[in-house]
Amino acid sequence: MTVQELPGAASYRPTPPPAWKPRTDPAPLLPDPEPYRVLGTDAVDGFAPELLRRLYAELVRGRRYNAQATALTKQGRLAVYPSSTGQEACEVAAALALEDRDWLFPSYRDTLAAVARGLDPVQALTLLRGDWHTGYDPREHRVAPLSTPLATQLPHAVGLAHAARLKGDDVVALAMVGDGGTSEGDFHEALNFAAVWQAPVVFLVQNNGFAISVPLAKQTAAPSLAHKAVGYGMPGRLVDGNDAPAVHQVLSEAVARARRGGGPTLVEAVTYRIDAHTNADDATRYRGDGEVEAWRNHDPIRLLEHELTERGLLDEDGVRRAGEDAETMAARLRERMNADAPLDPMDLFAHVYAEQTAQLREQAAQLRAELDAEGDA
Amino acid sequence: MAKVAAKPATMAQALQSAMRDAMAEDPSVHVMGEDVGTLGGVFRVTDGLAKEFGEDRCTDTPLAEAGILGTAVGMAMYGLRPVVEMQFDAFAYPAFEQLISHVAKMRNRTRGAMPLPMVVRVPYGGGIGGVEHHSDSSEAYYMATPGLHVVTPATVADAYGLLRAAIASDDPVVFLEPKRLYWSKAEWSPDAPDPVAPIGRAVVRRTGRSATLITYGPSLPVCLEAAEAASAEGWDLEVVDLRSLVPFDDETVCASVRRTGRAIVVHESAGFGGPGGEIAARVTERCFHHLEAPVLRVAGFDIPYPPPMLERHHLPGVDRILDAVARLQWEAQS
Ligand SMILES: Cc1ncc(C[n+]2csc(CCOP(=O)(O)OP(=O)(O)O)c2C)c(N)n1
Repeated sequence: MTVQELPGAASYRPTPPPAWKPRTDPAPLLPDPEPYRVLGTDAVDGFAPELLRRLYAELVRGRRYNAQATALTKQGRLAVYPSSTGQEACEVAAALALEDRDWLFPSYRDTLAAVARGLDPVQALTLLRGDWHTGYDPREHRVAPLSTPLATQLPHAVGLAHAARLKGDDVVALAMVGDGGTSEGDFHEALNFAAVWQAPVVFLVQNNGFAISVPLAKQTAAPSLAHKAVGYGMPGRLVDGNDAPAVHQVLSEAVARARRGGGPTLVEAVTYRIDAHTNADDATRYRGDGEVEAWRNHDPIRLLEHELTERGLLDEDGVRRAGEDAETMAARLRERMNADAPLDPMDLFAHVYAEQTAQLREQAAQLRAELDAEGDA
Repeated sequence: MAKVAAKPATMAQALQSAMRDAMAEDPSVHVMGEDVGTLGGVFRVTDGLAKEFGEDRCTDTPLAEAGILGTAVGMAMYGLRPVVEMQFDAFAYPAFEQLISHVAKMRNRTRGAMPLPMVVRVPYGGGIGGVEHHSDSSEAYYMATPGLHVVTPATVADAYGLLRAAIASDDPVVFLEPKRLYWSKAEWSPDAPDPVAPIGRAVVRRTGRSATLITYGPSLPVCLEAAEAASAEGWDLEVVDLRSLVPFDDETVCASVRRTGRAIVVHESAGFGGPGGEIAARVTERCFHHLEAPVLRVAGFDIPYPPPMLERHHLPGVDRILDAVARLQWEAQS
């Protein structure tokens, strides 16, 4: 209709706009305001004792792994280590909520999730050791490279999950991100795509209180990060991130929902970063000891240990065995990390393109000559 | 002002003094970015500014580079002078849309009606053993975008002077901070700083007669070291520190090359499509008849920045520069 065809002012009679209704009822998408908890409630009865014991063993191993990796930074064996101490329940539950065929899209802090999924601990540390960027074949374990640029792996998870669905595979992608990462544009775009495509993705936000030095209150004004889901049209779930069975249950439900075609879910796990941001960070600049202490008393390992002991599912012997198992893992890790990584500088040129370019062949020859000269010297 | 005794200061401290002094003088100067407040930045370059000027003037933003730069555009449109910190080179990329489509073009799109004075500080380059995404040399991307000034200090005094000039500039300035020089020290006093270096002026750091090393930022100390080493072999090298990549100081560079007749451009970003190609072409166009050898480039390899354990093989070092110097004996080769 051109302007000329519009009724003139004299004959124009305004009417109300055509009826509008929300596309989706937001109520079922909204998270419960209180983080979901299992420990200390009857819900624990619904868990298989083997699962609870497995979670416990993995938590203990994870804690030991964090301590060992941090120690390795002091010896110069790792360039840097972003510890997930205090967040082990999220890491472990993330790994255990997935089937083998599913994919994990970790951030740089999520080495533990990758290891709990079966990745060789040394290969998982390659990025942080500094000998190569990604020490494993992502296809082998269905673990994407640990992503350093924040939130950039989230759209990848959506795309992969979407592709799997297009191919008729019932594969789910679990994408992990920190509270700070939820501010990035990529986070929002990923959620929107996931919801519009109803992609089988689960987003797990580990809200550990800080993005380096910036507290959550300066990161978002939302009631919770889980609330962000509703605006995109997916359910948001809040869970106590230090309650391993609770995280496992919420994630497993979200994964199951995605697998049966129910679309994406955003899970916010409320937890705390006990260590500094990385070994290179000075956390005393931005937070007090009191806060850290309060969270130490809500420790994921002690919470689960207490529950299992109370219920007679774990005795002193079991605790000792888990500790010994973790110690063995740490000793093995230490030993392997203390051996120098075999390095070939010519690798610099090996994987830039599928086929070496003439320019790179020239540069490789230059480096070869330099190395030979070094060898002679 | 009375000359105050110079004390050793780091480049990071000089940058901080520049922001402090600019903020004290001009209430429209605002510092913003990730962790710039309480923490003082991951390199402590903004340390103390939030305490001194309040959180409205030195602001911890949400973690979103496009948002940081995009809001800075709006703030500059309203008359503030934002000084934005991007935490690391590779984390500035989400902001490229804002930088390229808006920051660089606002003056032009509005026929000069709406200039955007702002500074985007980017710690860049390798050599600090950082894991991936912490060592990119991104200067070529910025240089290729008309509308942006691109500067990079290599000395403590220039860090102060250039940052003051950048904040005072009525155009957007991408201010590249060579992070491996953050802890480099010099006798310098914030109370008696050198005169502010004008943007767009290169400086001869070492005079010589047999060839010119053209360099900037993190590669300057390497070139000075190479020049010392070369003197043992009878080469008297001149070293030009560009300081400003855009605008480019053809005058200083070409005057030097005309004197020496030979030139090598040294930088650590990739050689192909890198700054060296542009510089070599300009020098050739302007000094062809003075050249006794082709302008050579010593650059990082054309590869994604390598993991820390391999970076020493990638970064142009003294030996690679000396190799190139040897190749300047062009007549002997051809
Ligand atoms: C795009 C991008 N910007 C900045 C950084 C630098 N950086 C690394 S970790 C970090 C804080 C991340 O906080 P959060 O997302 O809460 O994860 P956490 O470290 O707490 O696990 C920042 C700012 C980055 N890695 N990527």
